[in-house]
Parts: sequence; structure tokens; C-alpha cells
Amino acid sequence: MANMASPARLANLEKSMSDSLVRVDKVSKSYTRGKEKIDVLRELSMDVPQGDFLALMGPSGSGKTTLLNLIGGLDRPTTGSITIGGERIDSLSERELARWRAGHIGFVFQFYNLLPVLSAQRNVELPLLLTKLSSRERSAHAATALEVVGLHDRARHKPNELSGGQQQRVAIARALVSDPMLLVCDEPTGDLDRATADEILNLLQVLNREHGKTIIMVTHDPKAADFAQHVVHLDKGVLVEALA
Amino acid sequence: MKYLGLLWAGLFRRRTRTVLTLASIAIAFLLFALLRSIIDGFLGGVQLVGADRLIVSPRYSIVDPLPLGHQQRIRSVPGVVEVTIANWFGGTYQDPQNFFPKHPVEPRAYFAMYSELIIAPEQLAAFENTRSGTVVPRQLAERFGWKIGDRIPIEADIWPKASGDRLWEFDVVGIYDGPPDEAAPDTMLINFAYFDEARQFANGTVGWFIVRVADPDTAGDVARNIDALFANSTNETRTSTEAEFQAAFLKQIGDIGLIMSGILGAVFFTILLLTGNTMAQAFRERIPEVAVLKTLGFSNVTVLGLMLGEAILLSLVAALIGMGIAVLMAPGIAKGIATILPGFGIAPQTLLAGLGLAVLLGVVTGIYPAVQGMRLTIVEALRKN
Repeated sequence: MANMASPARLANLEKSMSDSLVRVDKVSKSYTRGKEKIDVLRELSMDVPQGDFLALMGPSGSGKTTLLNLIGGLDRPTTGSITIGGERIDSLSERELARWRAGHIGFVFQFYNLLPVLSAQRNVELPLLLTKLSSRERSAHAATALEVVGLHDRARHKPNELSGGQQQRVAIARALVSDPMLLVCDEPTGDLDRATADEILNLLQVLNREHGKTIIMVTHDPKAADFAQHVVHLDKGVLVEALA
Repeated sequence: MKYLGLLWAGLFRRRTRTVLTLASIAIAFLLFALLRSIIDGFLGGVQLVGADRLIVSPRYSIVDPLPLGHQQRIRSVPGVVEVTIANWFGGTYQDPQNFFPKHPVEPRAYFAMYSELIIAPEQLAAFENTRSGTVVPRQLAERFGWKIGDRIPIEADIWPKASGDRLWEFDVVGIYDGPPDEAAPDTMLINFAYFDEARQFANGTVGWFIVRVADPDTAGDVARNIDALFANSTNETRTSTEAEFQAAFLKQIGDIGLIMSGILGAVFFTILLLTGNTMAQAFRERIPEVAVLKTLGFSNVTVLGLMLGEAILLSLVAALIGMGIAVLMAPGIAKGIATILPGFGIAPQTLLAGLGLAVLLGVVTGIYPAVQGMRLTIVEALRKN
């Protein structure tokens, strides 16, 4: 369970940490809508240590998903830098960034985002198509990932033949299959009932504790955040508090 | 190859729509294979033409034959190397449906003129030495089960015998072939000397002369000189190259190639619009999926390739189905139109051209959604999801 942190700890979190996997340094992100400029993130700095399970919380429009997208290499900051595993990802080209995502990041979405035409096994294999693995090796890796999430007996099922919780497990298996250094999860339990949500969160906790995966999770749900080691709150594009 | 499963699965995202699109493209390719083969069938005869051969025919009408005596005079025209003769025989073998051309010719001179035709020397000698002899192309022999030694009865329509008898009988003394890479010949050749002697009227005349010139570049001059030779006579001539002669024949039955190409063009234009619309619609529905692929690390170029590949795969599968059906239908059609188009068949070149067309169709219909997919911004697309 996460605990309340002191302001001193918040300051600590914002400082550089020698063992940090993720370093966000004075990152700002703004969008233009018509003639209006919207500042989503404002000079935000934070570090996430290797092996952490961090929950990002905040009201709608606070910038948490934008921050997650920037850390996951799906978007670029307007200013500032983002370093993951010692590599500055904000300066990578589109092609390099795509390759980097494939090798280093696993994504889990609120609505699972599985390809409906593919079986669970084939969905999990998708990221491996970008590797040099043979068909047999891809298949073996996908089977292992499905076993980790407890769905090896559903490998041949299409997403519409699985429950919401099972689909999210498949999505987690897909995120894990290329053994990424970081899992980024955007409201992974937002579409699930409480019991199923707890199962998914337990699974994430196991991945964090037993498999050493660093996880950053955006959530609205305080109960979900309780599964994290740390909780960071954002409001209007800046960090406002941290829970530890 | 590793993306093939992904492409194939993507095609069947909306099964009904894909099946309907496949069916419409397949029908277009079925038409393509059949119509293209019909065009080839009609033009097949034109392939057996030599740039150094001229046809000297009556100037005004083919029913107004030329005197045999023209042959020597044509031979005297500078630039002429050889001259031989041919005539239209007409006639019916067993049934009017069994149509095939029958030409009385000078055996040795004819095969010397058409040196691309292949016949065994002993069979040519037999043709030359047998007054009632005939040599038949292999496809006719196979079609009617003829073999050397058979006697073939032909019921005359234009040319009765001097006795008034309309039944001509010819002995098969040889079977000839055309060049391997060209349309098979379909003409039964009979001995002109026997025909001319035995017919009831118009003895000493021929339907047309076939002339070989020394230099194809001077063929136009030679043709003009031949026609000038007979100008203002009772038997004026019209000399043209063999290709022009056959093209003019084709013109008489309408510009089949143009008409059929027009039909095919209209079919493919419609298919292009339909498939293009389907692909664009499919792309709009799949924006979130494309965004997910990009999130997982698929580069813009890979996404472009996948979307283009899917459109090409759809076209290729449909083309294979359509042309496959055409190949299966071809023997039956060939049998049905054997009298009109004896050389009908679907050539490998037609199938290759069809596959090329399928790839082109896939590229044209897939390029717009593929470029859209390539340009898709992940964050925007995920936000819309």
C-alpha cells in the first residue's frame, strides 16, 4: 500500500536519482487549438527509479496521459528532455523512436487495443514481428508471455471471445513479450469491474515485484493507485504531491 | 513473408465486405482473362505475318478473282523474289458449325513462302504429288481425329465440280504445325492444280497472290509498282502488306480489340472506384489499430508497406480467383466457339498481364489509405479511439 509523502520527499523525487530509469527534465508540452495555445505540462521534472511501480494521478486535463505518452516515446516534448535508460529519446528521429519503443517499452491501454482479427497468441506475437526471431521462436515467446498472465489456455481465442479482464491480460502479455525495461499503462483498469481490476493490478504488482518490471501507470482510481509503490499527483501540468 | 498472416487477417476484418469486394474484382479479372483471350484469338492470325510478304488481291471485290496470268507479270516487278497463289474454297465438313478455312495453294511454293510453317519433307512431297491431297494443321487434325490416310469429304458451297457434283474428297497426306510461340494455324491446304482443273467455273483465276519482296523497306514501292502494272486493266489489284491485309480483314468484323479494351477499361475503372472507396473506408475504421501498431514500434514505412500490401493482396487473391475460374471455363468456351475462334485459349502471357494489372490495381487503390496510415499521429489517433 502506498503512503503519504512529505514535501521533502516530493523534492527528493524531483531531483536526479543515480539509479533512475526515467528522467524527465524541465519538460513542457503545449498544443495549439485554433489560435489558442494550451500548456499541458509546464517545466515538469521527475525521476522514476529502476524497479519502481509509480501511479500518476490527477484530474482530467492535468497532463498525466500526456506525460505518459512522452515517457513512452509516443509524443515529443515542446521543451525539456526525457532520458530513459540513459538514452535521450526526445532527440531521436521518428524511425529511431519507433525502433526504440519496440525494444524498450510495453504499452497497456484502457481499452486493451487488441487487433480483433488476430487470436490472443497472434496479438501477443505482434511486437515480435519487428524482431529477427523465427516464426517458431515468436510463437514460443508469445506462449510464455500468455502463461505469465495465466492465459495459455486461451491462446487461440479471438479478443471478442474473451472477457474484458482476459483481454487486458492479453494486452499485458503483448506488452511483456519483448521483455521491455518499462511498462506504461494508461488507465489499465478503467474499463473493468472492481474484482477484475484487482486481478489485473495484482498481476502488475507481480510483474513489478517478481519480474522486476518498472511500471508507470496513469489512473483515476485511488484503489488502483494503492497497488503502486509510489503515487504522483499532477494538476495543471505540474507535480503537486507524491505518495510513497 | 512474416507479415503475410497479419495482412491476410486484416483482409477479413469485415468478412462480408471483403468477400463482396473480392467477388467484384474477381469478376473483373474473369472478364479480363476471357476478353483478352478472345482479342488474342482474333489477332492470332495476324501474328503469322511477315514484313517481307505482300498480298495482291482484287482491287474492288474478293468475289472478282484475278487471272492466273498475273503471276508471271508480278514476278517481273523489280524487288519481287517469289510469288505464289491462294484461293478461298469455302465448303462444309459434316456440319456448318465445323467452320475452318480451306485454301487451294501451290504446295511447295506455299510452304516456301510461309517458311515458318513446319511440315515433314516427305509429307510435303506427298502433298505435291497427290492431286487430291490435303495437309491439315495439327489442331484441326486433333479436333476432328484426322490422321494421314483419312479421306475428308467437303460439301462445296461456292465451287461445285465440273460434273456438278458438290462433294469433294481430299486425302490427308500431311499434318503441319505453326511456329511454337505463335497462334496455331487453322487452314486446311488443298492442291490448287487439282482444284482449278476440277472446278466448274472460273478456271485459271486465283483469289489472291502472295509476294515475297527482297527488302521489307522497299515493300511500299514494290506494292505501288505491282498495282501500277495492272492499273486501268479489267483486273486491277490492291497490294498491301500481309499485316495490312489481315488488319483490313479484322476491320470488316469491327474493331474487336478496341471494343473489348473499352469494355475492360470501363469495368476496371468502376472496380478501381469501388475498391478505392472500400479501402479508404476500411482505413477509417482501422485508425486505432494502425495507431496501436505504431505504438508497438511499427515504423511509418512498415505501416505504409502493410496497408499497401493488404490492398495488393486483396487484388491478387481476387485476380487469381477470377482468372482461375476463366482457366477452368476456357476449355468449354473453346469448344463452344471453335467455329468462330478456333485458336481460343488463355495464354500464360494473359495470366501474367492479369497479375501485373492486379498489383497495379492494388497499388492505386491502396496508396491513399497507406499514405494516410503512414502520416497518422499516434497520440491523435489514440485520443480518437
